[in-house]
Amino acid sequence: MARINMRLMKKNQSGVISAVRVDGELGRRIRDMGLVPGAEIKIQGRAPLKDPVAMRIMGFTLTLRNNEADYIEVEVE
Amino acid sequence: MEFSVALAGNPNAGKTTLFNELTGSRQHVGNYPGVTVEKKEGSYGFNGHKIHIVDLPGAYSLTAYSIEEVVSRDFLVNQKPEAVINIVDASNLERNLYLSVQFLELGVPICIALNMIDVAKDRGIEIDFEKLSDLIGVPVVPTIARTGMGKTEIVKAAVKIAESKKKPEPLIISYGDDIDKALFAIEKKIKKENFLTDVYSAHWIALKYCEKDEQIISKGRETDKDISSDIEKIVEKVTRHLKDTLETYPEAIIADYRYGFIKSIIKQGVVRHQFDKDRLYTSDKIDKVLTHRFLGPLIMLAVLMGLYKFTFTYGEVPMEWLGMAFGWLGDTVSSVLPDGHLRSMLVSGVIDGVGGVLGFVPLIMFMFFGIAILEDSGYLARVAYMLDRIFRMFGLHGSSVMAYIISGGIAGGCAVPGIMATRILKSPRERLATILTAPFMNCGAKLPVIALLIGAFFSENKALFMFLVTIGSWIAALLAAKFLRLTIIRGESTPFVMELPPYRFPTLKGLLIHTWERTWQYIKKAGTVILGISVILWAMMTFPELNSSEMQKFDLERKALISQYDMSVKEELEAAAQKTEPPATEMSKNAQALKKSLISVDSSESEAALKNSLAGRIGTSIEGISRFAGFDWRTNIALVGGFAAKEVVISTLGTAYSLGETDPDDTDSSLSDTLANSPNWSPLTALSLIVFTILYAPCFVTVVVIARESGSWKWGAFSMIFNTLLALTLSILVFQIGSFMSL
Repeated sequence: MARINMRLMKKNQSGVISAVRVDGELGRRIRDMGLVPGAEIKIQGRAPLKDPVAMRIMGFTLTLRNNEADYIEVEVE
Repeated sequence: MEFSVALAGNPNAGKTTLFNELTGSRQHVGNYPGVTVEKKEGSYGFNGHKIHIVDLPGAYSLTAYSIEEVVSRDFLVNQKPEAVINIVDASNLERNLYLSVQFLELGVPICIALNMIDVAKDRGIEIDFEKLSDLIGVPVVPTIARTGMGKTEIVKAAVKIAESKKKPEPLIISYGDDIDKALFAIEKKIKKENFLTDVYSAHWIALKYCEKDEQIISKGRETDKDISSDIEKIVEKVTRHLKDTLETYPEAIIADYRYGFIKSIIKQGVVRHQFDKDRLYTSDKIDKVLTHRFLGPLIMLAVLMGLYKFTFTYGEVPMEWLGMAFGWLGDTVSSVLPDGHLRSMLVSGVIDGVGGVLGFVPLIMFMFFGIAILEDSGYLARVAYMLDRIFRMFGLHGSSVMAYIISGGIAGGCAVPGIMATRILKSPRERLATILTAPFMNCGAKLPVIALLIGAFFSENKALFMFLVTIGSWIAALLAAKFLRLTIIRGESTPFVMELPPYRFPTLKGLLIHTWERTWQYIKKAGTVILGISVILWAMMTFPELNSSEMQKFDLERKALISQYDMSVKEELEAAAQKTEPPATEMSKNAQALKKSLISVDSSESEAALKNSLAGRIGTSIEGISRFAGFDWRTNIALVGGFAAKEVVISTLGTAYSLGETDPDDTDSSLSDTLANSPNWSPLTALSLIVFTILYAPCFVTVVVIARESGSWKWGAFSMIFNTLLALTLSILVFQIGSFMSL
């Protein structure tokens, strides 16, 4: 088990969110979409230009920019 | 009984589908007062009740994050609908319930439509809706909006709520010790002072203060500054405490506990998964191809190209029929009415003007139908996903693509709704840059102008040219956006965070309503604004008339011509003119020659008359500059008219040419042929005019919307001046370089 930055996750890698270190609008928006500590995610892929990143969470697909994923810490195997 | 029911839910949960299913054609689209968020309303009769249904904008949350959320919240609080149908995507229960929990916190009388229950089943998700209803304390009805299943039951549930007239107690859940304590202290204060409690519950106000909700806090400050600052102090204290002990924020804790509450419900056997949760759905498999690194962009280009092919191949057929119908109407009116101002006004002003615009309705309808397919299927979100990296480079947001596309990024939109679509953008800077550059896109009104020019001069490669024109307007918009973001609208970028909805087959009903709504907006504009302007322009092009001495000059010229020939030739011509269909070949050589000369005199007279008119004088006065771009005074008149609405360019050109070149043998020839055969026009002129049309000042309706959406007339004026200067510079460059290379 290791805690890593979401940006560093590879395609098809899954993990559990351990912290979302941002407040304000971005924080609110991220949390509204279900990215809260304890949520399981799996990276589905990245856009053709490597950014944004697409992930599966609670049964739907969410996309984030890499610099937004930087605020999210994920516990991975 | 008569009452109102609101539909609310996440985007893509099937809200609009249910709304269409319930209201059918008994709906209309308007705006919420003061803002330009669309307000869809309709009615539904049920068991003798008349139900007024309002489709609230889709939202993920009830924070004050976007204008849509604020609008939804204000509607629920101020209009107090008797019941709210909360549409929840059954295949995506957890996240959808996040909004439901917030409705319950607010104390809104909801019933839940557990929608797309069939999709959930296909995904191996089984939901015990009765158990969910018991645990959450509101009625839950499984529905499939696209087939209408459960429609009656959900309305029945809403009616029952409305009839009971009971206002539900706001849901109170625990947000952990720290927050709960703060909430308790704030609530006590609020209750004691009766602070804002006439509208909201004390608990909810306290909660919103903890969430640092801008709207509520500013309302609180307005009501009573002292109480508000006391509350803010309590919030500050707990904020500091949480930061020190847990390195987190109150709003984060609140969100965590809301999701915790939802999880605790779901884990009590509400949801059962038959398959592995990470199983790939069909939608993901499609995405593997459609958003693939290499295939994705290629397919995207092909899809956009395909849209043109579709539109131009099928839309042109009914377009020709309409053109023929209006041509016939013009001919009929011409033959029935005597020569004079009335006939001229009806034929050149009204019929040509409206016909020129309505003739393109089928084209626009096909185009909108294609866009609706992309939108409803979920593909547009993929386009935003794939393009975000590029948009960010130009200081925009992936969501800017929506505004661009609606404005005409896929040719045929309209900048007016497009600029309104920028409301999904939260950052004022990205939004302003999108607002100011969206009008560069090829809206449905510029399209006929461009299509006409392409048809006249580049007819072999219509689809290719249309495609190039679109790419060109994208490049112009993006570069202009970058320019603005580097100069007058500098600043950082904002969050992207977006859902990629599963691919869905669009319903025919949804597509048709979508298509019709947008086409109708176009027709309405054509029918009202354009008709009036077409007549005004006709007047501008007719008055002041030539003075009698000039008219006499042309009469003398005619007489001189006739006197050169025998009487028999003149008689032959007159006889031929009496016949309904004079076959030109049967006339003698002399008669034909005379006729030709007479026509050329008529043409010069008409041209002189138009040049003498008010419009002609304006057009001529700016010819000094415009000739560098290859535009003569006729084009200038048309472009001035285009400020009223871009489609007017065509009707004005039509009017200008039908007045300027009176050719009785040529009544059937379309404007396109007229231009192609005119000595004043070359493909290069057409190209220069295409560039100018794409870029110059938006129509006045758009300018008004820009001013309203940006909050300042300054930006409206800016877009007119900036765009026109840019257009003039570029078209002059095109024309001069083209002429130099003797294209």
